[in-house]
Amino acid sequence: MPDPSRHRRTRTADRLLGALCWASALAVVAVFLWLLWDLLSQGLSHLSWSFLTGTVEDAGRGGGIAPVILSTLLILLVCLAVAVPLGVGCATWLSEYQRPDGALAGAITKAVDLLASVPSIVFGLFGMVFFCQVLDLGFSITAGGLTLACMILPIIIRTTLTGLHSAPNELRLGAAALGMTRHSALRHLLIPAAVPGIVVGVTLGISRAMAETAALIFTSGYATRMPSSLSDSGRAMSVHIYDLAMNVPGGAANAAASAAILLAVLTAINFTASKLSDRWHAKAVVTR
Amino acid sequence: MHKIPSYIPQPLLFSLTSIGIAATLLCSCGKKDETRQLILTGSSTCAPMVADMAKRFEESHPGTRIDVQSGGSSRGIADATSGLADIGMISRNLKEGEDLTPHRMAMDGVCVIVHQDNPVENLTKQQVIDIYTGKIENWKDVGGADKAIVVANKAEGRATLEVFLGYTGLDNADIQADIVVGENQQAIKTAAGNPNAISYVSIGEAAYEAEHGTPIKLIQADGLAPTTGAVANGSFPITRPLQLVTKGEATGLAKEFIDYATSEEVHDLVEKHLFVPAGN
Amino acid sequence: MTWWRNISLSRQGTDRLVGGGLGLMAVISASVVFFILIFVCRGALPALREVGLTRLLTDGRWLPASSREPQYGVTAMLAGSLLVTAGAMLLATPLGLLSALFERFYAPRNLGRWYRRVLELLAGVPSVVFGLWGLMVLVPAINRWHPPGQSLLAATLILGLMVLPTLALTASAALESVPAAYFQAASALGMGRAATILGVALPAARTGIGGGALLAAARAIGETMAVVMVCGNIAQIPGSVFDPVRPVTSTIALEMGYATAAHRSVLFATALLLILMVAGPLGLAAFVKTQQKKRTVRHA
Repeated sequence: MPDPSRHRRTRTADRLLGALCWASALAVVAVFLWLLWDLLSQGLSHLSWSFLTGTVEDAGRGGGIAPVILSTLLILLVCLAVAVPLGVGCATWLSEYQRPDGALAGAITKAVDLLASVPSIVFGLFGMVFFCQVLDLGFSITAGGLTLACMILPIIIRTTLTGLHSAPNELRLGAAALGMTRHSALRHLLIPAAVPGIVVGVTLGISRAMAETAALIFTSGYATRMPSSLSDSGRAMSVHIYDLAMNVPGGAANAAASAAILLAVLTAINFTASKLSDRWHAKAVVTR
Repeated sequence: MHKIPSYIPQPLLFSLTSIGIAATLLCSCGKKDETRQLILTGSSTCAPMVADMAKRFEESHPGTRIDVQSGGSSRGIADATSGLADIGMISRNLKEGEDLTPHRMAMDGVCVIVHQDNPVENLTKQQVIDIYTGKIENWKDVGGADKAIVVANKAEGRATLEVFLGYTGLDNADIQADIVVGENQQAIKTAAGNPNAISYVSIGEAAYEAEHGTPIKLIQADGLAPTTGAVANGSFPITRPLQLVTKGEATGLAKEFIDYATSEEVHDLVEKHLFVPAGN
Repeated sequence: MTWWRNISLSRQGTDRLVGGGLGLMAVISASVVFFILIFVCRGALPALREVGLTRLLTDGRWLPASSREPQYGVTAMLAGSLLVTAGAMLLATPLGLLSALFERFYAPRNLGRWYRRVLELLAGVPSVVFGLWGLMVLVPAINRWHPPGQSLLAATLILGLMVLPTLALTASAALESVPAAYFQAASALGMGRAATILGVALPAARTGIGGGALLAAARAIGETMAVVMVCGNIAQIPGSVFDPVRPVTSTIALEMGYATAAHRSVLFATALLLILMVAGPLGLAAFVKTQQKKRTVRHA
């Protein structure tokens, strides 16, 4: 015989938590829409096809932002090509090849966590000295991408670790019992099981990289010409927005328009990433 | 496919391959011909204007390539001294111990601003000093409403702060600020968003913003209206130079560019960026 | 997962190769922070030698470029960093968790997916946009309530908003990987939705949520461009949430581009102190975690 008062309590708790969840979600969406409306009301009149395809004129107050978009994408590509394999590899090794309480693994995890809290402007100054000068890459898209890669590495490592830790132990036991090689167990069982974590890491990493200003002013630089190679200096969208908003009188409208386009580009990238990960997830032998 | 470590998933392989291909393609088509290259770094105030100059210079001098990088006056000094940049850009005077050769491109005036709704029109030098040192704390003491003054100062090292300290004869330790801001735009937006704030910024930028609907007002200094005209004829008391600096005398392409950037050919660009051409 | 290395039957060469490669990647990843530390230390050395750690910690004010009597007090800034970060986490943790719960359990499937997109976009808004929005919308609003507007409160709100997506998205991923069997069991026991979430899902996902919170806190403490616009930048220990504060990062952002020799070195020293300040609690947290893990392993 169920206790009716307990039943009522459960229902109240359910309702309360539900209401809180809806309220906080609504609050977040409201703030986001407010921000978006602010950007669009300033920038919408400047958005056009020629803004997307034109080159930067008059310090950004005129023309378009095509070279800036291309530079941003190239910087992002360099950044992800380095940070994702490195981050996933590092997390895999920490989770699957080391005792979790081992000294080396502990030290590496701590070092990575510490990396996450280094101020972005310090990354910029470090990148300028290490990548631009010591490795002689100059102010270039490569240097900017590598600096960003250092910055998003902790995000990718942390989230991949979470993904791997949540993979059920049965997978490892089963693989071992079947005599699978370790790398095929990783490839077919564990990494696929960690996909949700990795996807979140990559998504957050992309967002962080696209939003970063301070680290890029000193590394990939300020040049607005169309980049012809990865060793060219190229201005990222966030740097362009910063410069227009803070240093160019009358640049506010184009700054807002550029920010709106940055969000659109980000939406497109996130959409592609989630489609890719769905396909990859579906192909895997085990999908949980 | 078997040679590649199999734990690397397909999307990564794809992005790695594509970046490899892109890199080879891009690298092979760049850097073909002999171009003469120049790197400028420094002041974020100068950078947009100099970038425009560089663009025009490249068009009229084929076979040259001028890369302008931002990052602050001290970066300009450091990079020009170390040779990382051919030319540095600074928005202030050279200090003692900075062993570089300056080339003046333009002048910029600095004026006090308040919110549009503030009835105050004019402040004497002494009133400004008293407000910034905390002796005057209410707008009613200088002819305004009965409201506490919110004093916005610039951050240490900013050229506008140094110019302002030079004008008032104060040391930064004497200033009692309620808020510290960085860029001119931050100061303008602070004054625009707070009816009781006072700040000081570049005249050209403030005049432009005030004309385009930002609710700020430029305050007269001892009865002198802050206009670019007053900066140009030298009557306005608070100014700073925008300069290019080189290690020793400039030679070759650096000299060509500096001659160009200080010539009359770029005066329209200087004015477009709301500064006053040097040599007027 | 200690047992893995002991029971794996594989002794294949490729496995050693892969293991070695992954280990190399881990070492490279970890070495980045050491390179950065060396770089920062090199920059900070002149200041530490000439000004000294005691003066950095005991000087009353921050007047690094004063011609009369330079002062280098950074204590208020370190406190500012801590306060702003704590405030942001206090705001973002409940909101982020509730957001994740909403997306996973309460929203209809499609709505949840859309909500996720919003969070992802929010994570990608450049900090300067957040900063300007805060300066033009939030600060005037707070100013009407309690001047000057630029304050600990404004910085907390903006930073909280900025790190919220990190928290929500990582928490959501952690919740996603809670085994379905747990929910089936809870349902079979007749547990309500709230009880299942609070009693089963959140505890099962706590490592992932903790990792996300760590990332979010790190982001908050290292954030530069947005905070500088809204915090007021007065180096003082604030008396209330309406007083301006000045975190370490905003000092670096404001002054690094304009600082010369000695001043610049002091800024590096400040950055070093910030990193050390983070390293302390981090080491402690890692220690506690290993202790906990030891216990769980023994129980299992």
